[in-house]
Amino acid sequence: MNFQAIKSIYIFEMARFFRTLMQSFISPVISTSLYFVVFGTAIGSRIESVEGVGYGAFIVPGLIMLSVMTQATSNASFGIYFPKFIGTIYELLSAPVSFFEITVGYVGAAATKAMFIGIVILATSFLFVDFTIEHPIAMIAFLTLTCLSFSLLGFIIGIWAGNFEQLQLIPLLIITPLVFLGGSFYSVSMLPPIWQTITMFNPVVYLISGFRWSFFGTADVPIGLSLFAIGVFTCICLGIIAWIFRTGWRIRQ
Amino acid sequence: MSNIVEVRSLTKTYDGGFEALKSVDLDIKQGEIIALLGPNGAGKTTLISSICGITRATSGTISIGGHDSVTAFRAARNLVGLVPQEINLEPFEKVINTVRFSRGLFGKAPNDSYLEAVLKSLSLWDKKDAKVMTLSGGMKRRVLIAKALAHEPRVLFLDEPTAGVDVELRKDMWDVVAQLKEDGVTIILTTHYIEEAEAIADRIGVIAKGEILLVEDKADLMTRMGQKTLKVDLAEPIAEIPKGLSDYDLTIEGEGLLYSYDTTTERTGITSLLADLQKAGLKMTDLQTRQSSLEEIFVSLVAEKEGGA
Repeated sequence: MNFQAIKSIYIFEMARFFRTLMQSFISPVISTSLYFVVFGTAIGSRIESVEGVGYGAFIVPGLIMLSVMTQATSNASFGIYFPKFIGTIYELLSAPVSFFEITVGYVGAAATKAMFIGIVILATSFLFVDFTIEHPIAMIAFLTLTCLSFSLLGFIIGIWAGNFEQLQLIPLLIITPLVFLGGSFYSVSMLPPIWQTITMFNPVVYLISGFRWSFFGTADVPIGLSLFAIGVFTCICLGIIAWIFRTGWRIRQ
Repeated sequence: MSNIVEVRSLTKTYDGGFEALKSVDLDIKQGEIIALLGPNGAGKTTLISSICGITRATSGTISIGGHDSVTAFRAARNLVGLVPQEINLEPFEKVINTVRFSRGLFGKAPNDSYLEAVLKSLSLWDKKDAKVMTLSGGMKRRVLIAKALAHEPRVLFLDEPTAGVDVELRKDMWDVVAQLKEDGVTIILTTHYIEEAEAIADRIGVIAKGEILLVEDKADLMTRMGQKTLKVDLAEPIAEIPKGLSDYDLTIEGEGLLYSYDTTTERTGITSLLADLQKAGLKMTDLQTRQSSLEEIFVSLVAEKEGGA
């Protein structure tokens, strides 16, 4: 195992994050604050509570998930797409590293960035609303798993993408709608019965529900099912990456 | 000298069916500079990319320092540094960080004093904290070399290192290559510029249409293939070649005579020609010999190949 290489990729990727601190850090903070002002304060003041939790606090886990999932995906996809785009991928391919090490380096860095942003949003939330986290360890575990699995997804997208448009396509067309419709801002029980059934096909529902459970102890779906869902999702991503390793798809001619 | 790189029956067919390499065999000796010459699309870059692991060969084997490039890819690639043809660099990063990254990627522990020596030898040390995007084209090329050398490779591949580089920088690059050779690095370079191969290579390989046409010592190649001509300047111009000289391959050129001969034959015929010239009563004022350049050799080889295919 070439640990030195993993470390180098990780450090190099994190350096990109710190170079673009404004874009990677300030923008999620500002957008989250706007959500709190609009949903939490303006609209939320007309909503008494959802499942016994004040609306302002209720949306915190969903907001964190929204940012973490999009950031993990876009960071990881950009991280591996950019070397392809500017041609520096030659170095990765000619180095004594396996695809496994490359994945660990890029996905690890992308997950770290997403985690960092998630924690920053959580800290920002405390400025707007009062709440306590019931299961902090479960919360961290859920957050970590989400960062990792969506970074894996982003990595796959980055390898697949042939241009910048495709790079944006999946996050824009699939992830954002799934997250918005996955109960970020509402409880599934608030939907009409038919939509409650449809929404159960949205994998993000299970992640947000589980994450919210770690905050408030209440959930739309059983916690075990949430864990199962994120486990399945991670396994699918790992499976696709394993296939990419074997075939060199879109990487090595 | 032992071989540091051995390529056996290497073929590469791209997905579209294009046969870029047709059963290539190549031995590269430890410590030499070998230049691979060939026209565009000859397969030079594909050959290098296959050895370095960027493309997968369709069939055949490659061994580097005795390590198979597929089954023992880590040991094999550890020995190899690659300077690509295109300037592929992360534009926003500092020079020193991209070089550190390259070293780490090859599994080497950080060693800033070694990297300092590399950057100094390439006159990049005072640019170490500059962002790559602020450097000139020539400087960027040096950064690529520094990155390739960051992990102390034993074999360095330079894919057209002086393409689009001005004359002065090209000479600088040659000095860098000469220094590397002195340090014991084996160097394989591809080039369009025959003068480049002529100036710095120990051996020359000619590649066209995915096949290696020949690999030979530069000096041997130039003598073997070299047609020499002797120019005899005469005191008084002549209108036609005198009878006594009709056995020789002579042509009249301006004030003198041109005699073509082959240096590989036992007798060049020069001595008897000179004697016969005197017999014919011609006064000579000067003699010059000229050898065909590598360029002429190369052009005739490739033309033969393309004509025959």
